[in-house]
Amino acid sequence: MNTSLVKSRISEFVVGLVFGLGLIVSGMTDPGKVLGFLDLAGLWDPSLAFVMGGAIAVGLFAFALAKKRTTSFLGGAMHLPTSRSIDRRLVVGSLVFGAGWGLAGFCPGPAIVSAGAGQPKAIVFVLAMLAGMWLFEMAEGRMRRPPKHQAGAH
Amino acid sequence: MLIDWTHFTPWTALAGGVLLGLASALFVLLNGRILGISGIVGGLLRPRAGDIGWRLAFVLGMLVAPGAYWLLAGPTAPRIDAGWGVVVLAGLLVGVGTRYGSGCTSGHGVCGLSRLSPRSLVATLAFMGAGFVTVFLARHALG
Repeated sequence: MNTSLVKSRISEFVVGLVFGLGLIVSGMTDPGKVLGFLDLAGLWDPSLAFVMGGAIAVGLFAFALAKKRTTSFLGGAMHLPTSRSIDRRLVVGSLVFGAGWGLAGFCPGPAIVSAGAGQPKAIVFVLAMLAGMWLFEMAEGRMRRPPKHQAGAH
Repeated sequence: MLIDWTHFTPWTALAGGVLLGLASALFVLLNGRILGISGIVGGLLRPRAGDIGWRLAFVLGMLVAPGAYWLLAGPTAPRIDAGWGVVVLAGLLVGVGTRYGSGCTSGHGVCGLSRLSPRSLVATLAFMGAGFVTVFLARHALG
């Protein structure tokens, strides 16, 4: 491995760690807290709005800077989404995701972090999520269209 | 609307949110990538040469986060009320939905809104709305 590749791998690992810590500190890895936010009609816990607010306040500056760059600060390519279409896939997919999120209180990041903590239900959730993602890959059928590029890399 | 003051934690929520924003900022500026978990993990199921290592490094960082947190701050006590069947169904829906919708809470909710992407705003409103409705149905209409 050359130096720049090593730097990238270290950066990715550290960013994953910081992101995981952020999910734990914020309360996102507590499904009870997530569902408390989604329960508008019951006793409402507004905390998660503060999580989003804090994250976006920092993100706004970073992405404004990122848009002006042609390479990353480690010298690699910028892989920013190119798709702008607001279509049925986007809306229906997001609705299905939201239904699943509301059922158990886990979204992908917190579920993976909780699986790392050894939570049995989080591990089962992640396995089911991977199965769902695999079903998507099968339904898409790699042969029917050219491989997708970075547009969907959210 | 009744506020749940006993569980309301604005400061840790804000601090955690800033960490999430910081991670997203570092990822796009250092690695040139969108920090979107469903895309990062989903891409592992569509393996291509040279496109695996960065995803694994990131996921490994996430997996060791609870251990690091435990060392720094002690144990956490998440409340997981859903039964096993619901957990499996929810996982399947989240897996399929995030891939069709090209993103989840991190990619659309944090990065997309930070990029001022209309597409991500629509996605975020859709999954938040569906989450609100699902919890309403489960806890109040059917529960």
